[in-house]
Amino acid sequence: MDISTKNTEAPPPAPQPNAAEQKRAARGATRPGDRIFLGLSRGSGILLLVIMAAIAGFLTYRASMAISKDEANFFTAFEWNTSLLPPKFGIAVLAFGTVVSSVIAMVIAVPVAVAIALFLTHYAPRRLSGPIAYVIDLLAAVPSIVYGLWGALVLVPNMTGLFGWLDEYLGWTGIFSWQGGAPRSMLTVGILLAIMILPIITNVSREVFRQAPQMIEEAALALGATRWEVIRMAVIPFGRSGVISASMLGLGRALGETMAVATVLSPTFDIQASLLDPGGGTFAQNIASKFSEASEIGRDALIASGLVLFVITLLVNGAARAIIARRKEYSGANA
Amino acid sequence: MSHAVADKHPSTLQGARLPRWAPYAIAAGSAVVAVGIGLAAGLDSKVQQGLIAAIIFLIGVFGSAARVEGRRQAKDRLATSLVWVAFLLAVVPLVSLVWTTVSRGLKVLDVYFLTHSMGLIADTDPGGGIYHAIVGSLEQVGLATLIAAPIGVLTAIYLVEYGRGNLARSVTFFVDVMTGIPSIVAGLFILSIMLMFDLQPFGFAGSLALAILMMPVVVRSTEEMLKLVPNELREASLALGVPKWRTILKVVLPTSIGGITTGIMLAVARIAGETAPVLLLVWGNSLINTNPFEGAQQSLPLYIYQQYANSAGSGAAYDRAWAAALTLIAFVMILNLVARGIARWKAPKTGR
Repeated sequence: MDISTKNTEAPPPAPQPNAAEQKRAARGATRPGDRIFLGLSRGSGILLLVIMAAIAGFLTYRASMAISKDEANFFTAFEWNTSLLPPKFGIAVLAFGTVVSSVIAMVIAVPVAVAIALFLTHYAPRRLSGPIAYVIDLLAAVPSIVYGLWGALVLVPNMTGLFGWLDEYLGWTGIFSWQGGAPRSMLTVGILLAIMILPIITNVSREVFRQAPQMIEEAALALGATRWEVIRMAVIPFGRSGVISASMLGLGRALGETMAVATVLSPTFDIQASLLDPGGGTFAQNIASKFSEASEIGRDALIASGLVLFVITLLVNGAARAIIARRKEYSGANA
Repeated sequence: MSHAVADKHPSTLQGARLPRWAPYAIAAGSAVVAVGIGLAAGLDSKVQQGLIAAIIFLIGVFGSAARVEGRRQAKDRLATSLVWVAFLLAVVPLVSLVWTTVSRGLKVLDVYFLTHSMGLIADTDPGGGIYHAIVGSLEQVGLATLIAAPIGVLTAIYLVEYGRGNLARSVTFFVDVMTGIPSIVAGLFILSIMLMFDLQPFGFAGSLALAILMMPVVVRSTEEMLKLVPNELREASLALGVPKWRTILKVVLPTSIGGITTGIMLAVARIAGETAPVLLLVWGNSLINTNPFEGAQQSLPLYIYQQYANSAGSGAAYDRAWAAALTLIAFVMILNLVARGIARWKAPKTGR
């Protein structure tokens, strides 16, 4: 009894100096070397924040200068005449084109990417899946301008047959009617973007599917489920949020893609009812192709449209991160 | 149906199955039929024939499996075929991309091409080369790396070794946000600064935009690598009385240097292919300009774009564009392969 009370009494005084010392050590302020090093590393962290703030600040500043001179409504006007006096420009066409091309890309890329990820994790022979995954990793690094060159010189000529076909059988919908122009249209852009974001979505989805709990899959197989039933009941529910966030990352890339769109699309500043007829434009493409002959107001107007693109991609990426963060909690609880 | 099957094979517990070769036979058959339809209907495009073949294959597999094996097995086979078809569909464009770039790029890619500029050659004429673009690219990417790599690594050290509280949390969040910035927006940011000081385009402006794109990538990968360093190493060093900064420099960084190098090289490979900010900030130049701090420069991705866009369909310009694309891809791929090699070779040894 005596000993135990002594033991419980003894510790309390000891931790206090210890804790203070630890605090000081954690602050790293004990030695000049530590102070310098901490200052450097914290400084570069702060520098990153400053850069982000500067991006938002500078873009907003130039954009506000442009919008204050804009005689048309910046969000709804269907024209881009920055050299007029007074200038008139609006982003409606660009917003529409950006959304349409990205939606087409997502509709094509997500199912195919999920299928390839399942192929690599659950269908392909072991010996094949390793090298294929490696090659897909490498393809994610191919520069977008190369995709653009390929799209303009190889994909576009190969689209005429498909376009004729779509026009013949689905032309009555209006979306797929085709007047026979060069197939440098939103659909071609969407297909090219799909090809570009495929490797990214596949890579992330593959990682998620690979982490699916093996025990549940084996249990389902042991109960006589077919492979498809295992995937539908054990793999896809587990990977759903991962696939969603992977798709959002791909969407972020498709929204901001510049060169591939600029090389493939033949832009006009209006909205085409048909996806097959050339025309339309996206934020990034419009900046790249209008930039070189833009006046000062023209540049500010392009910066304003860039600010809108910036905000949109921030929202999309933020949503993707939020989903990933939620999934972390979920899988942590189940670990 | 299952009764009849059980009677036919009384000694097995399995239902009737399609023979092993059935999917292959259906695939071959549907390919033949698709080509036949294509020839009969006068469809010259391989895209259509491929799509028809894929649809016939899927219907064939589902139909035959449903007849012989039952609904559940048929669904399973349909899913398997769908996955294979999706894989093949995706492989076609990616293989075509690599194949076209290599086969068309090799046409004009030689030592002359790598060592000459476009100084005296109009964009529509044959001849000329990419020397000026290579010089510009190396300088811009090199300067960007010099800026972004130290800042990125130091930020990662801060986040992993020191970071607690609100500042660390907001840095983490904004690094995530920064990863998603479209390259053209980074270009516009530097452009708005240049407009303010009335600056003409020059190479270093491009480097700054590229550095902004590179930083978050370096932070992310370095962070992952630093987290892999076992805590026992840090504790052992601190227990010997080594100051924290020397622990980081002499123990933590050397342990993870392989992974950090890999991350930086992958980030370099990523920014080396960026065109949009270079287009806005560096403009392009057909002459050799070795000074990144004054005057317009050229860069490889921008060269590709300009050869494509300014040449009015000239075959010579397209050939040069493909050759430059091949050079760029080769550069990026070599960086990737070497980086992955280093990662494997220098991987921190955990356990024994």
